[in-house]
Amino acid sequence: MNTALWIDVGAAAAIPSRGARRFMFRDTPIAVFRAGDGGLFALIDRCPHKGGPLSEGIVHARSVTCPLHNWVISLETGNAQGSDSGCTHALPVEARDGQVFVDVGALSLAASA
Amino acid sequence: MFDARSQRPRLVVIGNGMAGCRAVEEIIALAPDKYAITIIGAEPNVNYNRIMLSPLLAGEKTFDEIVINDRAWYEANAIDLIAGVAATAIDRDAKNVALADGRTVPYDQLILATGSTPFVPPVPGVDLPGVVTFRDAEDVNTMKAACDRGGRAVVIGGGLLGLEAAYGLARNGMDVTVLHLMPILMERQLDQSASHLLTRALAARGIAVMLEAKTTAFVGDGRVEGVQLEDGGFAPADLVVVSAGIRPNTALAQQAGLDVARGITVNHTMQTSDPAIFAVGECVEFEKQLFGLVAPIWDQCRALASALGGDGALHFQCSDTGTKLKVSGCEVYSAGLFAGHDRSEDIVYRDAARGIYKRLVLDNERLVGAVLFGDADDGPWYLSLIKSGESIVDIRESLIFGRAVTEALAGVNPSDAVAALPATAEICGCNGVCKGTIVEAITQKNLTTLDDVRSVTKASGSCGSCTPLVESLLAATLGDGFERGPSIKPVCKCTDHGHQRVREEILAHGLKSMPEIMQQLEWKTPDGCASCRPALNYYLLCAWPGDYKDDKSSRFINERAHGNIQKDGTFSVVPRMWGGLTSPAELRAIADVADKFNIPTVKVTGGQRIDLLGVKKEDLPAVWADLGAAGMVSGHAYGKALRTVKTCVGTDWCRFGTQDSTGLGVKIEKFMWGSWTPAKVKMAVSGCPRNCAEATCKDVGVICVDSGYEIHIGGAAGLHIKGTEVLCKVTTEAEALETIAAITQFYREDAHYLERIYKWMARVGLDHIKACIVDDSNNRRALHDRFVLSQRDAQVDPWAERANGADADEFTPLRPALAEAAE
Ligand code: SRM
Ligand SMILES: Cc1cc2nc3c(=O)[nH]c(=O)nc-3n(C[C@H](O)[C@H](O)[C@H](O)COP(=O)(O)OP(=O)(O)OC[C@H]3O[C@@H](n4cnc5c(N)ncnc54)[C@H](O)[C@@H]3O)c2cc1C
Ligand code: SF4
Ligand code: FES
Repeated sequence: MNTALWIDVGAAAAIPSRGARRFMFRDTPIAVFRAGDGGLFALIDRCPHKGGPLSEGIVHARSVTCPLHNWVISLETGNAQGSDSGCTHALPVEARDGQVFVDVGALSLAASA
Repeated sequence: MFDARSQRPRLVVIGNGMAGCRAVEEIIALAPDKYAITIIGAEPNVNYNRIMLSPLLAGEKTFDEIVINDRAWYEANAIDLIAGVAATAIDRDAKNVALADGRTVPYDQLILATGSTPFVPPVPGVDLPGVVTFRDAEDVNTMKAACDRGGRAVVIGGGLLGLEAAYGLARNGMDVTVLHLMPILMERQLDQSASHLLTRALAARGIAVMLEAKTTAFVGDGRVEGVQLEDGGFAPADLVVVSAGIRPNTALAQQAGLDVARGITVNHTMQTSDPAIFAVGECVEFEKQLFGLVAPIWDQCRALASALGGDGALHFQCSDTGTKLKVSGCEVYSAGLFAGHDRSEDIVYRDAARGIYKRLVLDNERLVGAVLFGDADDGPWYLSLIKSGESIVDIRESLIFGRAVTEALAGVNPSDAVAALPATAEICGCNGVCKGTIVEAITQKNLTTLDDVRSVTKASGSCGSCTPLVESLLAATLGDGFERGPSIKPVCKCTDHGHQRVREEILAHGLKSMPEIMQQLEWKTPDGCASCRPALNYYLLCAWPGDYKDDKSSRFINERAHGNIQKDGTFSVVPRMWGGLTSPAELRAIADVADKFNIPTVKVTGGQRIDLLGVKKEDLPAVWADLGAAGMVSGHAYGKALRTVKTCVGTDWCRFGTQDSTGLGVKIEKFMWGSWTPAKVKMAVSGCPRNCAEATCKDVGVICVDSGYEIHIGGAAGLHIKGTEVLCKVTTEAEALETIAAITQFYREDAHYLERIYKWMARVGLDHIKACIVDDSNNRRALHDRFVLSQRDAQVDPWAERANGADADEFTPLRPALAEAAE
């Protein structure tokens, strides 16, 4: 079982609509996205194709198109869509009282294991 | 009566609102004489329907009409109502409740139904008279009194309540502005498309909406006079209604030491951590959820009644609810989630003519969410499908058309559905053409193609969204005789329209925003995709220079960050070197920047300038600031824009030079830089036909000759090698500049997004371009003038803007604080 580790990554207002911001947790880049409908999502910021920074992609519906070679990745599961296959890790994320919290528990376990 | 009461266990309810009274009604229904009931309510009134405060404010109802339980009800059920007095404390050991007037009320069982309190952002000036919330009948009285004085009202918060308040105030003659923090109205219920339509509908009712508006203070001398916004704006106001969310009212429970998270925590029977105390309504938290609508609260009341008046078998469970906006004549409905899983799909229906937008979210062959605008009749039906979780495989094709159509077509194979339609069924909504007319035209006039049907009947000739239906009709009527013609290639899978049609419609209908285009052209997805969004953004920018606000979220990263992204996520920086000229000062500045920011690679590009590769994103604004200080601007090496104008040395130095090719190249670049184009545009000027600047493989090239300038177009040397074609020859530099600007503008206005000049030329033909630019001097001048006009707003150095702080968020990573570690 993963131990939850919620960290406060900043103000919810800082995540632009249909856009993303990123931060580093230890050595792992993490992207926090806001979909057009307002929903927040967090993914490890590495495209399953060649590691492209998904946080720089165009966000549409609940997906992001990787800026390097246009793979489309689901914001909810981190899975590549369509005929491409591969997956990056999705992390739980929540807005509470205007701040965004990301659960990096899965990473801290992996890092300490 | 009173004697009988004294024999019974004492049930005390704190909160004479919707949940408290409904709970009592449910208990009485199960066990009429079980308890001696006392209800304590801070409000002076009997129980009324809080939902109806909106119509009360709008003057569509009177207070009497919204009362749920009048005095007679309390009397008939021997309920002791203590109205207008708040409970101030609970003594759980002594089992009594202290009241504000000093009395205490003993209980055997206690129900907390204290509702919630409006959240008021902690900004200066919240206590000024004239700043009110919207929660109870008293608030409505205050607002109505303010309306009698008239003037301007500002509503903070574009959620359900805020918008209903705004509507009510507008009905009372106020001049209303809604300030909303998020980019979408009612963002928890609506998506961007519905929000856009709602904004328009509100505007038609005299309500202005400002999105992404953050309030920093309420300002006024002794009374509110306006609202200060973070971006420096100011909204004058005689009345401010704060509707920025609600917080469960947990003060009493907290003081009494009950378990409280965000709300008072309860189990399936609404029992709190004290077995003698229950809680119900908006003050509770159940399975981490809070409640702000009555439907789940009614379920809570039934579970509570089962516990206190029945066998306790009925347990409360969370379920989906629907939300309807109560603004007359404006149908908005939302239910379930619109964030499904990665398998989830959207079905979107738009009817531009009738202003309808419907979006259904499917997950694994089940309906999980619905947003309806303009026609919300099927809302409850969709909600029931969401709640039941039944498979919709069999009704998928017709689901979006609602219950009536779906039930009519039940059992019919979807591909036969058109055949089953009656002759009177309308196929083309835009032109009002029904099935019978089309079939008759096909059979009597021997039509065989879509175009034939279009020209004879007009069906599918306007918005085109019924094209598939008309094709099916052709197929059904002709059988094997029908061949699907070469259809127009759609922009992407979000639409059936081609680029050209989209560009035409933008101008024809004066469409000025992306949601407007998507609605008018009946896009099939809620907010487009990475293919159509950048295209639409460009078309809007080109159509409405100076007017349209660029949408960053529709730009590829290179254009958003004004640099080329590299494979490792760093960026490259290519400053302009006008016509390939540079100076010791510029070279020194570039060297200094490379040193200062540890830039790993400095390279001379194929475009006669210098590329700094491997710059960290955070460093970009500072790098640009330093380059800017040395007089350099963005080279747009990253953009669908004018890239370089390569030149050779020309008459200044070269023994063969016929004209000042370097000087003309610099003039062209200074005139044209900053312009956004459908695809990249590269230019070059060679001083003689030896062509050292390689002008004959550029999008636009100039070859200088003794008698003037040959203008070439349509070259490329990338994926395809294409030599240019000669467009014309002119004799002066001024004519050359006018012609080049005219070609560029023609291309900007006519080409498909991502279509380079050589491909555009292959599509429209060099002769056509010649006719429009060379032969028609009026048109040439007009195009030139439109180019000049659009340059007025385009020639702003994006690097300087960002070095001065624009889009700072784009370049600053989040800085997390380790705040909370659980278990
Ligand atoms: C830097 C440079 C190579 C160099 O080191 O010399 C270069 C680098 C890139 N070129 Fe190029 N091209 C460069 C000159 C050229 C030239 C030569 C020229 O302009 O004279 C050509 C052939 C001429 C032409 O465009 O027809 C050229 C044809 C392409 C193409 C093919 C375009 C086509 O329509 O066929 C692409 C791909 C594209 O644009 O989709 C491309 C795309 C790219 C991109 C932007 C790839 C990308 O999307 O990341 C490279 C970006 C590198 C960066 O981060 O700076 N580059 N590229 C040159 C920058 C010129 C400048 O100063 O702006
Ligand atoms: C303007 C408006 C429009 C709405 N429209 C809709 C709608 O369209 N659809 C929908 O489903 N919901 C709507 N709602 C929400 C709905 O009204 C609430 O969900 C519902 O009223 C909650 O019931 P409740 O009993 O928990 O809280 P309330 O109805 O607020 O009742 C709580 C009562 O407790 C009293 N109280 C609090 N503390 C004390 C104390 N210490 N001592 C004594 N009394 C106390 C309060 O004065 C209040 O009367 C609307 C709400 C508002 C304000
Ligand atoms: S030729 Fe290919 S690898 Fe070289 S810069 Fe151009 S796009 Fe990149
Ligand atoms: S790295 Fe993302 S698509 Fe190639």
